[in-house]
Amino acid sequence: MDILIAGVGGQGIILASRALASAAVKAGLPVRTAETIGMAQREGSVVSHVRLGLAEGGPLIPLGSADVLLALEPAEACRNLKYLRPGGKALVSTSPIIPVLAALGSTPYPLEDILTYLRRNVPACYSFDALDLAVKAGSPRALNIVMLGALANLGLPFPAELLLNEALNLLPPRVHDINRRAFALGRRALEV
Amino acid sequence: MAVLLMGNEAIARGALEAGVRVATSYPGTPASEIMTTLMHFGPEAGVYTEWSVNEKVAVEIAAGASYAGARAMASMKQMGLNVAVDAVMSLAYIGVKGGLVLVVADDPGPHSSQTEQDTRLFARFAKLPVLDPSCPQEAYEMTKYAFTLSETLNLPVIVRPTTRVSHACQEVEVGDIPPRPPVPGFVKDPRWVIMPSLSARQHVWLNGQQERARAEFAATSFNKAHLEGPIGVIAGGPSYFYVLEALRRLGLKLSVLKIGTPYPLPEEPVKDFLRRMEKILVVEEQEPVIEEQVISLAWRHHLSVEISGKHDGLLPREGEFNVEKVATAIARFLNLEQNAAAAALPPPPPLPARPPLFCAGCPHRGSFYAFKQAARDLDVIFTGDIGCYTLGAAPPLKAMDTCLCMGASLGLAQGLARVQPGTRLVAFIGDSTFFHAGLPPLVNAVHQRVRLTVVVLDNETTAMTGHQSHPGLAAEGGRVAVDIGRVVEACGVETVITADPMDLEATMAAARRALAAEGPSVVILRHPCPQMAKPSTRCRVNPEACIDCRTCINELGCPALVPTDHGVTINATCTGCGLCAQICPTAAIEEVE
Repeated sequence: MDILIAGVGGQGIILASRALASAAVKAGLPVRTAETIGMAQREGSVVSHVRLGLAEGGPLIPLGSADVLLALEPAEACRNLKYLRPGGKALVSTSPIIPVLAALGSTPYPLEDILTYLRRNVPACYSFDALDLAVKAGSPRALNIVMLGALANLGLPFPAELLLNEALNLLPPRVHDINRRAFALGRRALEV
Repeated sequence: MAVLLMGNEAIARGALEAGVRVATSYPGTPASEIMTTLMHFGPEAGVYTEWSVNEKVAVEIAAGASYAGARAMASMKQMGLNVAVDAVMSLAYIGVKGGLVLVVADDPGPHSSQTEQDTRLFARFAKLPVLDPSCPQEAYEMTKYAFTLSETLNLPVIVRPTTRVSHACQEVEVGDIPPRPPVPGFVKDPRWVIMPSLSARQHVWLNGQQERARAEFAATSFNKAHLEGPIGVIAGGPSYFYVLEALRRLGLKLSVLKIGTPYPLPEEPVKDFLRRMEKILVVEEQEPVIEEQVISLAWRHHLSVEISGKHDGLLPREGEFNVEKVATAIARFLNLEQNAAAAALPPPPPLPARPPLFCAGCPHRGSFYAFKQAARDLDVIFTGDIGCYTLGAAPPLKAMDTCLCMGASLGLAQGLARVQPGTRLVAFIGDSTFFHAGLPPLVNAVHQRVRLTVVVLDNETTAMTGHQSHPGLAAEGGRVAVDIGRVVEACGVETVITADPMDLEATMAAARRALAAEGPSVVILRHPCPQMAKPSTRCRVNPEACIDCRTCINELGCPALVPTDHGVTINATCTGCGLCAQICPTAAIEEVE
């Protein structure tokens, strides 16, 4: 199962991909990931490729072959739609992160057009306000865990509890309760 | 035991299992996590680890340990190797005793580098064996092997992961971490003292070692052939997996030779493969290191095999590869009709550009803003350097006119000063970079009496690469913090001013004073990186007072400032630095707990 995680530096994309990969290893599956680290982490576009159960292959998901696009930000979902295979599923958080260039007026951010485009062109597009759920769980920073919770409903090759536990292992204990709630809210948001 | 490891963690693990005793590094993407991991696990295992002041010093320290018979490792990114080259070249002639491994991470793409250079080519230039892993598991195995090979050949050995190995994660089968073996100790011998007469002899020896290395490599399992008929692909590094996957996508079965040891290229396994082939395609990122050796080998042995790759334009010498690029090259190599792309989606709406920028609360934002304001009516060139603050070139600050390499802000400014006497020169450099490469050009500026303002952007860390330590910080372990201000004064700079860049008035005053100075002046702008400090306050906009003039956004470009239909708001990423409050013309921004 190939999962492409897309979003903006600072949203916890690396942590989400690490949690998925750790859960896969715990479940005895071969795993490959490729991450954006370095300059782009400062508010830039970030993608992480996660490949579960792939016996022999590189860490990069080829274009048009991701089973799931997990997008923590709508414009980044649109930017990376080329990775999704025909019939693949997209999970999109609808809260935008407006780049400074857009605030300065030098780049567009047509949020409604982007959301409409995604819904119209991806038959299996599940979009919801994950930021709102993260805030309800106790912190906007738990958005990545809300998304993982939703992802856990899409037939991952390991139990949801395993994914949550691996995510918590990567987080300091003081935020465990918030993230447990975030994961549960994500799961409930996408009961498919 | 299978453990999920990032390539860099796998390299660190391999070194720990191989008995490394001393490990040094200077941070640089994509190499940094090698040392971060060693620092985490090393002390318990008895490994000395440090962030050295630069890569040359890192290699010299590792070499010293190796001279005493200890296994040692220095890790860096490809441009870091450039800094270390002087030491590495001589070390190839002198040789080593304890296994000495240089890990140099290349960055095809490039993702976060000024160049796209290929360390395998450097290995050939320096006549050092190089191992080219294709995945984290192999990076782990190759690192372990590299220490043994180094001791067999008495040569430093280079392990060269690329971004897609260093920053890839995989389940890695690891072994136990044994206790460190005792260090034999340094034995005094003329062999350690490089002299022309010794170099002349050693050059002959070094050339001879190339053949020994070739033979050693031929015996490893890092090169392996899979035969499927007379048409084949030779691939190295991560390209090996792109080839396998591209063949799967195209529904083809071709013979594949995987090369894990690109220099010196082992002859027997390659010759054996070439003899069975009618035509082959060489697939490797960056430079045609394997390809040129294969062509030479085929010519010398009269092997009538057609060879394709970079020289006939089937594959580029620039940029990172992926499955699509490799599949296209294989299809062209075989003159296959490429399947039309999957049903194309309609064109998407215009998408926002999202370049990286300073974090909310970054002190560099204040530094650049204040200097731009202070220099508004002057003819000024801002020379920049390598680090987070390189992003000062981005709008809206646009406060950086040049950026070349570590430390070059000071040197370039001095060159410009020589030919543009009326222009004021301001060279920005970070605290870690100041120690890495800023001191020699500073001394030069003082000695040559250049009118130059050096701005040390001191955020008390090496921020871009993940907050590593540097000589300006004491941290733990009885280390001593080297005071930048005192160093600068001792170099003979007369005007030395320290200010907090979050205090715009004070910083602008410091900038004006420094710009008025006759000789070289230094302004140290010190404020900790917001990623390191937990904010105690936040700012908020009083909607009654905000007139939506957007001065804050247009001047500072802070990601916490968000325009809405009813004026500017401040989002949760705010750290309460208060810069926006200082420039708001209607005092609409206030600090809250």
